[in-house]
Amino acid sequence: MNYLTLLKFALPEAVVTATALGVLGLHSSRPRWRDLCELLAVVGLLLAAGVVLALPAHADVFRGTLVASPLNSLFEIVCLAFAMCAVAYARGERLAHRAEYIALLLFATIGLMLIVSSEEFLMIFIGLELTSLPLYVMTAFNKMDRRGAEAGLKYFLFGSTASAFILFGLSLIYGMCGTTVLSAIGEKVAAQTMTPLLAAGVVMVIAGLAFKIAAAPFHLWAADIYEGSPAPTAAFIASGSKVAAFLVLGRILFIAFGSVQGSATWHGFVAGWSPLLALLAALSIVVGNITALVQKNLARLLGYSAVAHAGYTLLGLLVPGHEGFTATLFYTTIYGFTLVGAFGVVALVRRQTGGDTIRDFAGLRFRSPLLAGCLAVFLLSLAGLPPLAGFFGKFYLFAVAMRANGMLWLVVIGLAGSLVSLYYYLIVVRTIFVDLPTEGVTTLQVAWTEKLVLFLLGAAVLLLGLAPNLLLGRIEISF
Amino acid sequence: MIAYTLYLTFVGAVIVLLAPRALARWIALATVVAGCGIAAITFLQTSDFARAQTIVRVPWIPALGIDYHLAVDGISLTMALITGLTAVSSVLFSWNVEWRQNEFFFWLLLVIGGSYGVFLSADLFLFYLFYELVIVPKYFLIATWGSTNKAYGAMKLTLYSFFGGALILVALLAAYATGGSFDLQQLSRFHFSSQFQFWAFPTMFFGFAVLAGIWPLHTWAPTGHVAAPTAGSMLLAGIVMKLGAYGAFRVAMNLFPQGFYAWRGAVAILAVIGIVYAAAVALRQRDLKFVIGYSSVSHMGFVLLGLATAQVLGAGGAVLQMFSHGIIAGLLFAVVGRMIYERTHTRDLTVLPGLALGRAIPFAAFTFVLASAAAMGIPGFSGFAAEITILLGAWRAYPALVIIAGAGMVLTAAFMLRALTKAFFGESTTSEAAGYDPISNAEKIGASLLLCATLAVGLFPNLLLDRILPVVQRMPWLN
Repeated sequence: MNYLTLLKFALPEAVVTATALGVLGLHSSRPRWRDLCELLAVVGLLLAAGVVLALPAHADVFRGTLVASPLNSLFEIVCLAFAMCAVAYARGERLAHRAEYIALLLFATIGLMLIVSSEEFLMIFIGLELTSLPLYVMTAFNKMDRRGAEAGLKYFLFGSTASAFILFGLSLIYGMCGTTVLSAIGEKVAAQTMTPLLAAGVVMVIAGLAFKIAAAPFHLWAADIYEGSPAPTAAFIASGSKVAAFLVLGRILFIAFGSVQGSATWHGFVAGWSPLLALLAALSIVVGNITALVQKNLARLLGYSAVAHAGYTLLGLLVPGHEGFTATLFYTTIYGFTLVGAFGVVALVRRQTGGDTIRDFAGLRFRSPLLAGCLAVFLLSLAGLPPLAGFFGKFYLFAVAMRANGMLWLVVIGLAGSLVSLYYYLIVVRTIFVDLPTEGVTTLQVAWTEKLVLFLLGAAVLLLGLAPNLLLGRIEISF
Repeated sequence: MIAYTLYLTFVGAVIVLLAPRALARWIALATVVAGCGIAAITFLQTSDFARAQTIVRVPWIPALGIDYHLAVDGISLTMALITGLTAVSSVLFSWNVEWRQNEFFFWLLLVIGGSYGVFLSADLFLFYLFYELVIVPKYFLIATWGSTNKAYGAMKLTLYSFFGGALILVALLAAYATGGSFDLQQLSRFHFSSQFQFWAFPTMFFGFAVLAGIWPLHTWAPTGHVAAPTAGSMLLAGIVMKLGAYGAFRVAMNLFPQGFYAWRGAVAILAVIGIVYAAAVALRQRDLKFVIGYSSVSHMGFVLLGLATAQVLGAGGAVLQMFSHGIIAGLLFAVVGRMIYERTHTRDLTVLPGLALGRAIPFAAFTFVLASAAAMGIPGFSGFAAEITILLGAWRAYPALVIIAGAGMVLTAAFMLRALTKAFFGESTTSEAAGYDPISNAEKIGASLLLCATLAVGLFPNLLLDRILPVVQRMPWLN
């Protein structure tokens, strides 16, 4: 293993880095080239995706530091796709220093790619930090916006606390096992019984990652960030950051902690952390849905519903083996695409109507049929109605959960949560389609790029509902 | 060939949405006529009704062993036929819809297509997908084009449907987890333990029965029917309530015969309460549409009673009643919603006598007299054939309940006659004849179609029973 191999397998990340630097350089050159920043970023991201596809399918560089596998490649491409959508949204957004914003977005993308493609604790932590730091800045990017500043500060304080928890947990585990490679930790842990030290480490790592996926009770930042930050940031946090966090959470739980013995067999759960995760899932579903019920602002509503969706997604991680993890990954991916789309519409309406309360969406159908149709597709998919992707995603999660022992109660909570969520999504959909627009509101101006992105996302949500195997067949988990 | 009912309807729905406004209703009409034609031809041509004949079967989602599997037998053909008939007449009775015509017919066709899908599915996942697919179009139809209290009625109906769906999903997934398949035929051969059946059957059956309007979960039906536009009420009463009864018959009773055996007494009692209670409530209504709405609940009680007998005659009669009630309810709602309300703008039974509509719009009076005769169960109409078959079957199982149900029939006659005399044959209070629009050709054709169907079935019930009874005779739960 030499540095040339490392460079070869780090090439996608290198391409994105070069693109980010290129964007910054382009901005400081001639003023009329500044408009090309977004184009350059998209080209760079596409190139990186091409490189990911061209690399060998299986490889392991420096014992888990960089791992190439079909699963990792798939999710690197998914993260790149999310970044592309965010870049497309940034084009229309009023941002003071657009090039810097896009460069930060690209740096965050590199972090995601590292998280996704690594099976080693240090690299994962570096990836997490590399994602978080640019995102803190991107949240508070509009310095004059009070909501943005508040959101940025909250995200930074909560986020850095969560990072500290993860790091502390990792150091405890490293102290016990003497290694940072996930599979080696798994072997070491299997050989010993549950000690308080190990328990503390596991709980800290889970709590830190629960922050990233916005599971209750670590969810308090979500609604504020979704409401206050620029729409591309919110879209990226809700999609890319979340998908990568779920992937890494599942990987850590199954590979490193899969053999952690519970002190008591509880409801037939195998691993010791299962009760903790079940509690997080149940709490997220209940708290998220009930809080979303009273929201007047669509971005906040999406924020609290994100908490509930984190709860549904966690169900898959409670099922031992590949199938549960597959269900989790499928659900979180389609959820990411759905939310990116929803935030695209929210951004457009916010920009042109001046607000994003649910009332501002009244009669959207008359102001832009395409936007209204797409938003309805996204919201109804979130509610889990056929033939959209969310329906199969939930069906699959519940089906695998039902096959595991003693999970009936969680499925029942999940279904009750879905029923509640249908109500608040339908209220929004009714406002869009049935209510008439308030006076003085004109048709929305939508640029063709935004139209294209939203149309593609809507079509993807419909297509993955009709033919889920397109994505499901590609999620091959190897451990 | 019958699979094309499904494809044609969905393709038609998409075309209607994109077509120019002037063409919308013609495309919708062409689609439903084609669907009805295909259903009728297949109905007449098929020779072996007793066992389910597979039409299409291709692997769809291998991860869960889900196939795209359509199959027909005599009962699904009967239900496809009533779907086609109701669809054609509902499009004819919404010929005058002007407000957002394309969308209206789009949602209408989605309800119809989803219903065909439910009746033809032989895979539980596919079945459930179509079953849930019908929910959202109903919501839009009522919330956008409805009348009285439409937002409330639409939301109530949707949440009730979704609640029923959630109950079904729990039992369905439990059946999958135990039986290891989503294939209906394969699952019906699997022997679930009687303990399992004892809780799975009621969960699933009452989930379906919500949509079939079982007392005390029927309250969505009157408010929903009243709030819906005419075509919406016709589809709701004509097809959507049948989806519930069909699901109870095809899935719940078929998979869990022992559970059915244990619970059938309770079902029969609830069914009879529904018959009598709804008829008594209908007797006291001021709004003519509420009278018809409650009569639907009462008639669907007969379907549930027929199923609960677990006899060939009773269950066969129940299927016949589903067909018959689809036609009769369609007719009644058409007269009340389209012929009366859109001309007089009132449905108040204290106002209508003063208008003497019997002279003003004689065709409406003629149709209503025949339809209410059929609803009362006068020999020669389909209602009589169906209800007498059910009562004959029930006599052997529950003689006491038959007497109470008979009292319900008397109440039905009472409220139908009351509605009839008040709506059409009151003394005119104004001297000048009100100038109502004459009955249009579309209305005449639609009404004639349904009238012919109810007479045909009333005079030759064997046309349907020959196709229904062989299927019922093969059911595992026969007593």
